[in-house]
Amino acid sequence: MLRFILRRLVLLVPVLVGLSLLVFAISHLLPGDPVALAAGPQATREEIAALAREFGTDRSLPVQYWSYASGLLRGEWGRSVLTRRPVWEDLRIYLPATLELVVAAMAMAVLLGIPAGLLSAIYVNRWPDYLSRLASLGAISMPRFFLGLLLQIGFAMELGWLPLDGRYPLIEEPPRFVTGFLTIDAMLALNGQALMLALLHLCLPAFAMSLSPLATITRMMRAATIEVLQQDYVLTERALGLPRRLILFKYVARNAMSSSLTVIGLYFGWLLGGSVLVETVFDWPGVGLYATKAIVTQDFMPVMGVTLAIGVVFVLVNLLIDILYGLLNPKVRLQ
Amino acid sequence: MALLEIENLHLAMRSFEGEAHVLNGIDLALEQGEIWGLVGETGCGKSLTGLSISRLVASPPARYTAGAIRFAGQDLLRADEAAMQRLRGRRIGMIFQDPTTNLNPVFRIGEQMIDVALHAAGTDPSILGLQADASRSARRKAARALAIHMLDRVGIARASERIDDYPHQFSGGMRQRVLIAMALIGRPDLLIADEPTTALDVSVQAQILRLLHDLVLADGLTVLMITHNLGVVAQLCTHVAVMYAGNIVESGTTRAVFKRPAHPYTRALIAAVPTARSVRGRLQGLAGSVPSLIDAPPGCRFASRCAAAQADCTAGTPPAREIGPGHRVACLHLAEAAP
Amino acid sequence: MSGTGHQPQAQAFRRAMYRFGHSWLSIAGLVIVVALILTAVLGPALVPYPEHVAGAIRTAARFQPPSSRAWFGTNEVGQDVFSLTVAGSRVSLLAGLGVVLLGAAIGTLVGAVAGYAGGWVDEALMRLTDLMLTLPSLILAMAIAAALGPGLGNMVFAIAMSWWPGFARLVRGEVLAKREEAFVLAVRALGAGPARILGRHILPNIISPIIVKMSLDMGFAILTVASLGFVGIGVKPPTPEWGSLLSLARGYVPDYWWTAIFPGCAIFLAVFGFNLLGDGLRDVLDPKTRR
Repeated sequence: MLRFILRRLVLLVPVLVGLSLLVFAISHLLPGDPVALAAGPQATREEIAALAREFGTDRSLPVQYWSYASGLLRGEWGRSVLTRRPVWEDLRIYLPATLELVVAAMAMAVLLGIPAGLLSAIYVNRWPDYLSRLASLGAISMPRFFLGLLLQIGFAMELGWLPLDGRYPLIEEPPRFVTGFLTIDAMLALNGQALMLALLHLCLPAFAMSLSPLATITRMMRAATIEVLQQDYVLTERALGLPRRLILFKYVARNAMSSSLTVIGLYFGWLLGGSVLVETVFDWPGVGLYATKAIVTQDFMPVMGVTLAIGVVFVLVNLLIDILYGLLNPKVRLQ
Repeated sequence: MALLEIENLHLAMRSFEGEAHVLNGIDLALEQGEIWGLVGETGCGKSLTGLSISRLVASPPARYTAGAIRFAGQDLLRADEAAMQRLRGRRIGMIFQDPTTNLNPVFRIGEQMIDVALHAAGTDPSILGLQADASRSARRKAARALAIHMLDRVGIARASERIDDYPHQFSGGMRQRVLIAMALIGRPDLLIADEPTTALDVSVQAQILRLLHDLVLADGLTVLMITHNLGVVAQLCTHVAVMYAGNIVESGTTRAVFKRPAHPYTRALIAAVPTARSVRGRLQGLAGSVPSLIDAPPGCRFASRCAAAQADCTAGTPPAREIGPGHRVACLHLAEAAP
Repeated sequence: MSGTGHQPQAQAFRRAMYRFGHSWLSIAGLVIVVALILTAVLGPALVPYPEHVAGAIRTAARFQPPSSRAWFGTNEVGQDVFSLTVAGSRVSLLAGLGVVLLGAAIGTLVGAVAGYAGGWVDEALMRLTDLMLTLPSLILAMAIAAALGPGLGNMVFAIAMSWWPGFARLVRGEVLAKREEAFVLAVRALGAGPARILGRHILPNIISPIIVKMSLDMGFAILTVASLGFVGIGVKPPTPEWGSLLSLARGYVPDYWWTAIFPGCAIFLAVFGFNLLGDGLRDVLDPKTRR
């Protein structure tokens, strides 16, 4: 198992290099001159040139990539042209906020989606199955930003049960910054009230975000379960008199889950990238909002930073999924 | 009373093209200790007959239109799922064709065997040799010991270590041994073996057959062996039933049927087996193909391929007649068909 | 024996239609999609206030609730929400179609070249494709769209730039499978060049999976277009784009709910219709996922 993990880690290196190269290339292929933009419309040619020297954009592309890539390793992810703050420091604040949201959403989706998919497959082509298929197609088709807005109207504006937006009440002092995950920081500070507040703020945005992966996991689990149910070994298990429940929830579920697992990894990355929609609706201070602001002002370094960070997280999550897959699937592990 | 008695079993299967009458009045009786071979070509309904006994045919699309399956006096077609679950694995064991796909790949074999043993012990605690009120961990421990014992009996070396291996760590023949051990762990009265050696190498086939033979004799099992291999039947079975297109056309003791095959189809089947004395290049085959079972015309389903067929053959299904002790044949023109 | 060639095909088609017809979910999807296309085509004729679509405002009549005069009410500048929503169907449909077509075109090119050339070309192109799939596509599309400037065409191009990898993978796999088939080997033996073999002999044979994927992707393409509109990147008013309509209306809920609900429902319905239809199509063409 250790060798399996080590090999996966080594394979990660070229992927990360490729990722940084791709992000760098894209940023240079895009039209627009961020330095001229940052210098302002009144800037003279000399002022722009000076700024270009400051940011190093006057050097040749390979040199620029080299300094960019080596900087990444040292934790220097560039500087925002507009705010002049290091991107790395911004990411340290914003990335945990987004991750907290995405993890909460994924947890909801997995916990509800796997049993829902199993049930749908058991009742295949009967009304619970039709209902679940219709609901999951509807959920996939629902724009997250529209759902978020509806949730706000319902639960925050009309009923007043949950906070409208934000991550924490502005007037309250948040728990001391340790991990950046408010829920974890609140627990570390042994602050029950802060944990409660953080969870309340998570409810609506996490739900809005979870609906689409929930539906996809349900559908994947349904398809995988139907496939597994047709396998010879299920017939054997029935012929040997194992109770239906045991077959479904132990023997079939584990087989079906290992094939649904890959989707969970893919979705994680998709949610990270798509977090911008939910973050916009709920004014959630994460990388999505951060990237949007940077994109609108054509501030390249933060956009590159966010893109790369999400790419890296995505690759890491999929590594984790691979390892989990190996745990669930003895054949993969031993090869 | 026969241990298993199938009477006039009719099974219809719905499909896109229409409803097919895949079992068309099966009659079969297995006495305690008999080893029956059920032979016929692919698609004749022999596997469905076996699955019907365990009530493992999904319905829909299948539908039993008539008949009864009595196991130890109980009509299985009227038994509910809970009652069937108590019989499966405990009183009726099953083995299937392909050992590579019949073991769940993501569980250790021991895990699966222990569950089967625990379940069988749910109806009969004596299987584990424990009192009914034994603790969970004691039951699990006993089930594991029993599983190791069974693996040992089917000839798996170092059973106490290999019980924690995954299926893919065993060869095909070894996996079939594991499956046999699983089928026998609940001490069944009836074993249904559906082509248990077809998917194996020839050298392994003989080993598995010998193993089955020894186990069956040692435990006094009643066996329904589904196969298309007449050689297997000749070596292993006391009785044989020949199926064609959803009907049993001939049945009796292996000796009687092989020595004096009466039905034209049985004759063709036996003639098609190449022997050492066969002339090279003169393999016998049967002309034509099995008729469609959807809206099948009345009468003998073999008539379209039968050399001895006459006008009355298509009038109605020919009834089975006894032509020797226990030797039954469903053919109207036995005398004419004789060579 | 010429008849036996197409008979199983005709039967397979009948069977497929039977299966499609028996799935009322797909029928519902088909109905929604046809209605959507009709709305998009007939839009200008249906719209009660075409001048509002062109950008005319009438602040005196702002925030009127739905009534018989304005079915979906009016927005913050007095425009008829119904007119804007109906006109938006054309924008969304065109943009979605553009994304899928352009994405399929780029992806097919990349995938076909990779699959046919093999070797290091294949390796390089496929690694690029894999890397593209790890990047956050929405943020990428936003960045490209913003750099190119506002406009429907720019937005379609920006989204398509992150849409092609899926098609590239699909096409590469199909080309790899077809490359070694007898008819391709025969044409190659006759001396046809790679471009001709790909264009004339391989691509026509793999067009159906591409079209199926295009139909499956339509719903999500429309959703992505609306998403970009919602975050305020891409088309600018007065183009009646559903996502940007919703984004503007966000500031006026819950009091003036109609300004948000109707464009939002329009997005949902359009995406839902295409997804239902695509799901039904996949069932028909790949019965394995059904049962």
